[in-house]
Amino acid sequence: MIPELGHFALILALAVALVQGTLPLLGAARGDDRLMALGRTAALTQALLVIVAFGALTQAYVTSDFSVANVVANSHSAKPLLYKISGVWGNHEGSMLLWALILALFGAAVAIFGAGLPDTLRSRVLAIQALIGVGFLAFLLFTSNPFERVSPPPLDGNGLNPLLQDPGLAFHPPLLYLGYVGFSVTYAFGIAALLEGRVDAAWARWVRPWTLAAWCFLTLGIALGSWWAYYILGWGGFWFWDPVENASLMPWLAGTALLHSAIVVEKRDALKSWTVLLAILAFSLSLLGTFLVRSGVLTSVHAFAQDPARGMFILAFLLLVTGGGLALYAWRAPQLQGGGLFQPVSREGALILNNLLLCTLAATVLLGTLYPLFLDLLTGNKVSVGPPFFNATFVPICAPLFAALCVGPLLNWKRAELWPALMKLRLAFIVSIVAAIVAATAIDSRATLAAVAFGFGVWLIAGSLAGFVERVWNGRLRTLPRSFIGMTIAHAALGVVVLGSVGTAAWNTELIKTMKPGDTAAFAGFDVKLDRIENLQGPNYIAERATLSLSVDGKPYTVLTPERRLFTVQRRQVAETSIHTNLLRDIYATLGEGGAEGGWVIRLYYNPLAPWIWLGAALCALGGFVSLSDRRLRIGAPSRTRVLTQPAE
Amino acid sequence: MKRLVALLLATLLVAPALAVEPSEMLPDPALEGRAREIGRELRCVVCQNQSIDDSAAEVARDMRRAVRERLSAGDKDEQVFAYMVARYGDYVLLKPPFKAGTWALWLGGPLVLLVAGGALLIAARRRKLPVAPAPLSEEEQRRLAALLDR
Repeated sequence: MIPELGHFALILALAVALVQGTLPLLGAARGDDRLMALGRTAALTQALLVIVAFGALTQAYVTSDFSVANVVANSHSAKPLLYKISGVWGNHEGSMLLWALILALFGAAVAIFGAGLPDTLRSRVLAIQALIGVGFLAFLLFTSNPFERVSPPPLDGNGLNPLLQDPGLAFHPPLLYLGYVGFSVTYAFGIAALLEGRVDAAWARWVRPWTLAAWCFLTLGIALGSWWAYYILGWGGFWFWDPVENASLMPWLAGTALLHSAIVVEKRDALKSWTVLLAILAFSLSLLGTFLVRSGVLTSVHAFAQDPARGMFILAFLLLVTGGGLALYAWRAPQLQGGGLFQPVSREGALILNNLLLCTLAATVLLGTLYPLFLDLLTGNKVSVGPPFFNATFVPICAPLFAALCVGPLLNWKRAELWPALMKLRLAFIVSIVAAIVAATAIDSRATLAAVAFGFGVWLIAGSLAGFVERVWNGRLRTLPRSFIGMTIAHAALGVVVLGSVGTAAWNTELIKTMKPGDTAAFAGFDVKLDRIENLQGPNYIAERATLSLSVDGKPYTVLTPERRLFTVQRRQVAETSIHTNLLRDIYATLGEGGAEGGWVIRLYYNPLAPWIWLGAALCALGGFVSLSDRRLRIGAPSRTRVLTQPAE
Repeated sequence: MKRLVALLLATLLVAPALAVEPSEMLPDPALEGRAREIGRELRCVVCQNQSIDDSAAEVARDMRRAVRERLSAGDKDEQVFAYMVARYGDYVLLKPPFKAGTWALWLGGPLVLLVAGGALLIAARRRKLPVAPAPLSEEEQRRLAALLDR
């Protein structure tokens, strides 16, 4: 009964979305207030209906209702409750329902918080949001219905992929989707602006918080995914340039560019049409990411052709959203006349450089991710594009970006002098050069590039703090806008991420050794002893656990207990790593294959600065949230009269 | 119960281990280091986007052994790559070679930077040199004078 209610709510939601996607648009064109007011009610109703549908599926998972095919395929009665719940979105149908849910919630948020928006703009934004919703709801109902029943119901389910039974991955998809879907609001604002034929500072003030919120969530989602990969995949890497990772990196890069260009629209009334284009591209890349991951096209071009319904649907939808958006842009964008003029050396100029480099990075990732697919499709030739390619093409473009990142915020709007800005950074420059030299001589004399990258990381931190310190020095701490504090945190956090990445990738040491209980080994200044190997039983797995004790000069330091878990339902083995961290480095242990006669394969990794990667990413998102709390974004935006009288800063 | 668990583990834990095994490793650390470096640049041909250094697949193990055999036989790094390419094709290289089929892949990013950056520079230069407004024609001068007089 409850699954049918969910199914029914989903159908109703589609109907409501169709209304919401058409009538308010008509109302905005005709200036009909009643039709426009419909958008708000419809958005709230649609959100409520999708919540009901999502609740129904969650209920089926929590109660292990094995008459629902989706639950059978992805759950098991012996699974812990957390993973029963996260199982809702740990599969194709459920994750698409989560997409639709977040989309509807964002629509409702626009309806609730957008009371101060001009009526036509709000109705158009809500309508565009609803049209995106129509696409996803129809996709769910026609190709991926999560509420399908099976008869007769089996006694138990197939269980969730053991790799996904992890707290990190339980929350990775919702955060990632909050980011992806958040860009749909920006997209809707962009399309609505094109329809209105007007982009002004008020528009930018509306768009920026949504972009910022989406960007923060996406940052957290990507970081959580990377962290999960680090501790679950069992060889200490944190970013693999896998197409699935790239799929989330592309909208992040475009979103970061958008975040910065929207500032120029807000403050200087320039770069308008470019910002609208970025809004379209950021969401298109989010959809592309979903398409890549969900259609199976990554496994092989041919897997896509074997189950064409889903893939073709998303592909058509992607083309409609991207193509439609770009066509509208080509038609209407020339009407968006840019305002403020500026010199190349200015804050605006620096933000354009930021956009240029970030877009180049996004294009590089896009090309590297799609090239093998297109080459295979067009010529049948197979080519591999892996980490060495991205290291050779992506990383070099980061260098000018990082170099300019600290200078840009110190430049004035409109027209600036480069030299005074550089002089403010002289201390940061000296510190980073010294750091690079220390890294090259004291830490690892062979890894020259790593030392340079280390210097860049220090430069980002010191350079970002330079502007902040200067203002505090001048006694302006109390009047510092939150957006400035947020920017300082986020920029410095990027440096923290860079330092973490360099430490982990370039200066790690490892030990791979076959050990028997009682054996000892020396590793990274520690004496390691394998105390014992024992068998144990978990809720839905059985495991072998090694107890490794680490000591320094005979004094016990810590105990690591890596496990090898066998999930009995799926008969899949998963390595449970054991990590000791002191926030400056990780000691990372995994237990490999073995037996009492030959001994067990023990792997130990010493990863300097590894925790900084995720600490930095979290700080980066924190910077975004601090900026989001700026008064300007909460209070300044809605009133239109203020916009008219707003002086150019 | 414990025995049952142990039995289950013994029979079921046949899943492959992780990546490089101690038994495969070369005794010379320098040579082994080179093998690891090379292994990170070679694709496990049956996996999805994994290097042979990371992969637990049987094929990856064979490929790792082949790399180490070549190195032990005194091959230079390039010779090892050439040997693997001869066996598995360019597909085995995670960093594809620059040639007819991949030039767009390699040059695409830099091209975006050059074209967009060039266009921006040209636009900036144009803006820098505003065309001086055309001087007033005689007719306009007369009208201006008339307006000012009024």
